[in-house]
Amino acid sequence: MIRIERRLEQPRWLTVAVPLGSLAGAFAVMTLVLLATHHSPGHTFWRLVVTGFGSTFALNSTFVSATPLLFTGLCAAVAFRMQLFNIGGEGQLYAGAIVGAAAGIVLGNHSGWLSVPAMIAAGAAAGAALALVPAVLRAFLSTNEIITSLMLNYVAALVLDYLIFDSLSYWRDTSSPSAKVFPQGKTLPDAASWPVAHLGGIQLPFGLLAGAVLAAAIFVLYSRTRFGFEVQVIGDSPRAAAYAGMRTRRKILAVMALSGAIAGLGGASQDGDFRHTLDPRGLTAAGYGYAGIVVAALARYNPFAVCLIAFLLGGLQNAGYALQGADFPSGLVGVMQGLILFSALGGELLVRYRVRFERRTQQAVRA
Amino acid sequence: MAAAVELRGITKRFPGVVANDGVDFEAAEGEVHALLGENGAGKSTLSNILTGLYRPDDGQIHLYGRPVAFTSPREALEAGIGMVHQHFRLVPPFTVAENVILGDHRGEGKKFMVHPRRIERRVAELGERYRIAVDPRARVWQLSLGEQQRVEILKALYREARILILDEPTAVLTPQEAESLFATLRVMAEEGRTIVFISHKLHEVKAVSDRVTILRDGKTIATVETAAATPRSLAALMVGREVSGIERVGRELGIGDPVLETRGLRAEGDRGDEALKGVTLTLRSGEIVGIAGVAGNGQRELAETITGMRRPADGEIVVAGRRLRGGDAREAIRAGVAHVPEDRLHTGVAPSLSIASNVVLKTYREGDHTRGPLLSLRSIRDHAASLIRRYDVRGGGPDVPARQLSGGNLQKVVLAREFHGAPRVLVVASPTRGLDVAAIETVHRYIRQAAGGGVGVLLISEDLDEILALSDRVAVMYEGRIVDELAAGEATVEEIGLLMAGGGRA
Repeated sequence: MIRIERRLEQPRWLTVAVPLGSLAGAFAVMTLVLLATHHSPGHTFWRLVVTGFGSTFALNSTFVSATPLLFTGLCAAVAFRMQLFNIGGEGQLYAGAIVGAAAGIVLGNHSGWLSVPAMIAAGAAAGAALALVPAVLRAFLSTNEIITSLMLNYVAALVLDYLIFDSLSYWRDTSSPSAKVFPQGKTLPDAASWPVAHLGGIQLPFGLLAGAVLAAAIFVLYSRTRFGFEVQVIGDSPRAAAYAGMRTRRKILAVMALSGAIAGLGGASQDGDFRHTLDPRGLTAAGYGYAGIVVAALARYNPFAVCLIAFLLGGLQNAGYALQGADFPSGLVGVMQGLILFSALGGELLVRYRVRFERRTQQAVRA
Repeated sequence: MAAAVELRGITKRFPGVVANDGVDFEAAEGEVHALLGENGAGKSTLSNILTGLYRPDDGQIHLYGRPVAFTSPREALEAGIGMVHQHFRLVPPFTVAENVILGDHRGEGKKFMVHPRRIERRVAELGERYRIAVDPRARVWQLSLGEQQRVEILKALYREARILILDEPTAVLTPQEAESLFATLRVMAEEGRTIVFISHKLHEVKAVSDRVTILRDGKTIATVETAAATPRSLAALMVGREVSGIERVGRELGIGDPVLETRGLRAEGDRGDEALKGVTLTLRSGEIVGIAGVAGNGQRELAETITGMRRPADGEIVVAGRRLRGGDAREAIRAGVAHVPEDRLHTGVAPSLSIASNVVLKTYREGDHTRGPLLSLRSIRDHAASLIRRYDVRGGGPDVPARQLSGGNLQKVVLAREFHGAPRVLVVASPTRGLDVAAIETVHRYIRQAAGGGVGVLLISEDLDEILALSDRVAVMYEGRIVDELAAGEATVEEIGLLMAGGGRA
């Protein structure tokens, strides 16, 4: 008989051994899959590491993939810490991208010193505003924020599509003849391009650095301030918080706004750092918001761990793009990524629970 | 008499503790056998082993002479062992009859189609025979706690349990209800069933059992004939020393001005029903007023309304001459209302946070604990360390999560925090529920000290011994009202019990 029991304590070595073990498990299963599809496992794994992390070019691409995951991962972690399940990172990122792009276009080509902060502020404000909708409903009407924030993702995605494909909006490029046939967003002026830090051949996007600073700020906010203390108490026991006279409603609004602002910032970074236009196809296909939930869960809501996990998952994603080709179908790449995520999350379960194997008959005989 | 249940050398270890250390226990057919012990003595572990919830690390279980090894609660059920838990395992929206067949894998319960009539008839029959009648069609949420307990017993009888274990069954009953439960247990024993009665109340054990087995620190201390034992000798066995029992301790009375007045206080309960129907009460400084009542008659709502956790629908709350708006815990805290809540693990503390964090749960915004928006973690830690020393909190330093403390030590943390703010009013709800004798003495001493220092104490408890031991005045609540107030001298258990049951003054 197999039983799954909750562990009474979580030994320290387990928190290291289990992730490594589950990764090994994922690679073992992948070996079988690769052999079955006539690919060399050794070669494939080697390429996975090299194309993800093995060269300057690979690292630069990984940073590009990691930046949005860092923002959406922080977005989820910040809210989940208070047991506030903001699933709306996806939509909040779109909102940030829309309003951030507008700010970039409006300010034209005067000065980056003006455009970049304006885009950051606009993106964050838009994300926060969208997140406040489920926050207000939750705080005053006790509506389940998981559902309301999730539904708003669809609203935001439809608005995004509408602006470029179904209307002659401010964001749509209507100048060139081809744009009339193939709808696309206006290209942002050069002043709206966010700076890049160069370290040798390594290129660090501004958004990535901003996200790292943000992670450190969130760590301090949650572990050292009165605000963070209240978030911890509310997250652990809402009744204890009410008992201590804490203002739970205000905290719900504040934390959701913060969470949404971070995702919105991620959206503005998509405009300013990488895409330089409002790109509905690219944004909706990427699914950064949902991936961010996985990042936050794997990082156990720790902001520094979010940085690390975002980097690793970014590398994995990036290696996937490099791997796929004529002899290596993209579906197989998806299988590999899925296996790694699945075993990482499954391993998490093993840290908290344990499996016991017992033989029923033997027990009875012994007694 | 053959042994219905025999446990030999039962050992069960949990990380860091040996909950049962070679326990021997034996109960005969037709016997009411009490299992007596302080909290943490191993009574619950033992009953969980007997009902198949835990498996022992070592030792044997024999039922009617045959060895058994349960690997699941269902096997224990099938072997004829029934359990009435302290916290009922009922589904509130279901009817009594539906609850009775729930999880029953024989007969009616196993069928795809349920025939409610047949089950209802059987439940009604059983209820009548054992004088624990409950309407089989009533929904469980509509029943009082005493009636819900009857459903649990009916559940066991319906499954033809020959061995019935009851865990602290009287905790939710009035003295009169407890009497009638005891009568039912006697009838069941006379039929040849075996009743294992878990308690730490001596007079109940005296009243109902044939024999008593005493557990202490996970070991069997003795099994004695109840008739040959006195409450005093049982208590000595239970705690390992002679105790005085809970008796009223005289106190220098320095009763002063009113510190808390409520006038016509009304409030809604969690279900939107009217839980408080106009409570008028005065509490003076230095005075301990006990609020007696069966659970669910508005005591919890009264405590929550006074402490700002529940919004009053009508009426006034005046603390030290200042009228509160109500419904705002921070306002009540600032006015000097301290609160030791009923549910200390989830309301009194944030269980996963450290003792240090919990010690400043109400004062983290004040004094040395805060600098600008930042917390001074060092000042908080120092403060916690000093309170841990002063209140003798055992089981961990400032950084240990609160949930790791035992009930008694957790309560000390709550009391330390609440006393530290120099309160004017202290609302304490069931402060010693689930604590052992030594911890109860400590908590009572602290409460007396607070009153001695001029705090007005409102003591809400279902434990009448506790109310009588501490209170200067006893107010009895019934259905959202204070039905009567008695001075400490004139109050007796019988009289209060009658008032609690809505009987009016004798």
